[in-house]
Amino acid sequence: MFIFITRRLLATIPVLLMVAVFVFLLLRLTPGDPAAVIAGENANAQQIEEIREKLGLRKPLVTQFAIWIGNVLQGDLGVSFFYKKTVAELIGERLEPTLMLSLCTMLIAILVAIPLGVLAAYKHGTWIDRVTMAFSVAGFSVPVFVIGYLLIYVFAIELGWLPVQGYGRLAQGLPNFIERIVLPSATLSVIYIALIARITRASVLEVLGEDYIRTARAKGLTEVKILRRHALRNAAVPIVTVIGIGIALLIGGAIVTESVFNIPGLGRLVVDAVLARDFPIIQAVILVFSVAYVLVNLVIDLAYTLFDPRIRY
Amino acid sequence: MSAERSLDAEIGEILPRPQRLNAFGRALRHKGVIFGAMILALMIIVALAAPLLGTSNPTKIDPTCRNKGPNVECVTRNDAGQRVPVMHWMGTDSLGRDVYSRVIYGARVSLMVGISVAAIAIAIGLVIGLVAGYFRWLDAIVMRLMDGLMAIPGILLAIALVAVWRAGLPAVILAIVVPEIPRVVRLVRSVVLTIREEPYVEAAISVGTPTPLILIRHVLPNTLAPLIVQGTYICASAMLVEAILSFLGIGIPPETPSWGNIMAEGRTLFRVTPHNILFPGIFLGLSVLAVNILGDGLRDTLDPRLSNRV
Repeated sequence: MFIFITRRLLATIPVLLMVAVFVFLLLRLTPGDPAAVIAGENANAQQIEEIREKLGLRKPLVTQFAIWIGNVLQGDLGVSFFYKKTVAELIGERLEPTLMLSLCTMLIAILVAIPLGVLAAYKHGTWIDRVTMAFSVAGFSVPVFVIGYLLIYVFAIELGWLPVQGYGRLAQGLPNFIERIVLPSATLSVIYIALIARITRASVLEVLGEDYIRTARAKGLTEVKILRRHALRNAAVPIVTVIGIGIALLIGGAIVTESVFNIPGLGRLVVDAVLARDFPIIQAVILVFSVAYVLVNLVIDLAYTLFDPRIRY
Repeated sequence: MSAERSLDAEIGEILPRPQRLNAFGRALRHKGVIFGAMILALMIIVALAAPLLGTSNPTKIDPTCRNKGPNVECVTRNDAGQRVPVMHWMGTDSLGRDVYSRVIYGARVSLMVGISVAAIAIAIGLVIGLVAGYFRWLDAIVMRLMDGLMAIPGILLAIALVAVWRAGLPAVILAIVVPEIPRVVRLVRSVVLTIREEPYVEAAISVGTPTPLILIRHVLPNTLAPLIVQGTYICASAMLVEAILSFLGIGIPPETPSWGNIMAEGRTLFRVTPHNILFPGIFLGLSVLAVNILGDGLRDTLDPRLSNRV
């Protein structure tokens, strides 16, 4: 197992390196002078020259990459010319809303999708199963922002229960935070629920046919206990894997949801950066999201080996 | 020979008809495939017949008839300068453009993006996957590259590429293609890896068949069914991503009528004119749903091995 963990950790390095190379090349792919692109459209010749010097743009590409990655590893992600702040500072400010939105979404999705998926598998072939499956196909087909505006229209405009837009920082009190996070999280959770409910159903359905389920039933366990202790536990590995892979979906959805609900998070930051062609921000946000995605999946993979004694590599 | 043929004929008579159908025949009888294909066909007809179905020019601005709700009639000047009444079934946007006409024309953009992204992603992924799966020394390099690409969340990658290439239909299509390529490569590669161990490939190698011919004649046909299935899923997700990019204001130029653009336009005045998001949203959702159902049906019939996976 130790060998597996080491190998898995080592395998992450080339992936992260590839991401870094891509993010680095992003600027060099743009037509024109990277220094001028970084500086933005309102920069003067001196500013452009400073950037050229700082990035070492006259040096060979490999050296440039080494300088850049060295800076990144020290937490220096460059300076945004639009906001006149360091990118690291900007990301620090914008991290909380995105993180909270993602965590709340995940919480809602797991609490709804797993019981739903288990129920659909248990009631295989009935209307409950069909409705769940129909929902999970539909959840993949409706864009996040349409769901968002639909929920805003019903719960904020027509019923007036919740605020239309905005984000309440945790520091400003929990009630305000919860009131403002409910709609965005519910919006974003739809596609995630669809994904998790689908795999939960498939995975539990497979396990329900096993002999030990029959044994459990024969020894008189209640159906709830059978489902929770025997079926769901044994079906957990694919479910957790999909939750991990689904984070890519979650990140994409968060970018859109933040725009719909006017949440000042990383997604909003990157969209504004694209409109302003503020490349240091675009690069940094891709880096942050991708590294988070890779690391979460790494942790999930490692967690299997620790928690599921059947898995041996 | 003749004895065999008569045996075939006999078996054919004994077996009930559906069982004798091949995978493609079965696919054509699948409810989901029929439903999805019908809706999709309808959308294609709408897209092709847009000039006939649209009641007015989708880019025509009418300052006297802005932000109107559905079923409102406005009097406007036509190209000849005469004042004529125009019916706005889905209302108008903040520039007074007819939403119905824009939605109808929007079908063109959505379908074009969906279909071309699927076609290009599969073409590129197929070539890379075939080569990577067959030549071991290339495999490691190519797959590390693909792992790196897959580590960047798809929409984020598309957003970054749009930023590099600047907005425009070809740029948007390419930006959506790139994140899909690794998925196609992995799929093709996995098929190649199993097929290259088959006795008939070994036989082909032993009689000296050149490698490109082996790939085309023996490996390629085996990738067809899973690629058709994957293609429909790519098409569905591409339509969604295009709408998302346009909605965020970084996709197709705003004057082009695309469903995402209509919704982006309707965002600011959502309280007044929710129909600007509702109608294109319904069209988009229905099209994507149809393609997804089509994909699920094709997967169940063409590629039963995949049917248990998500």
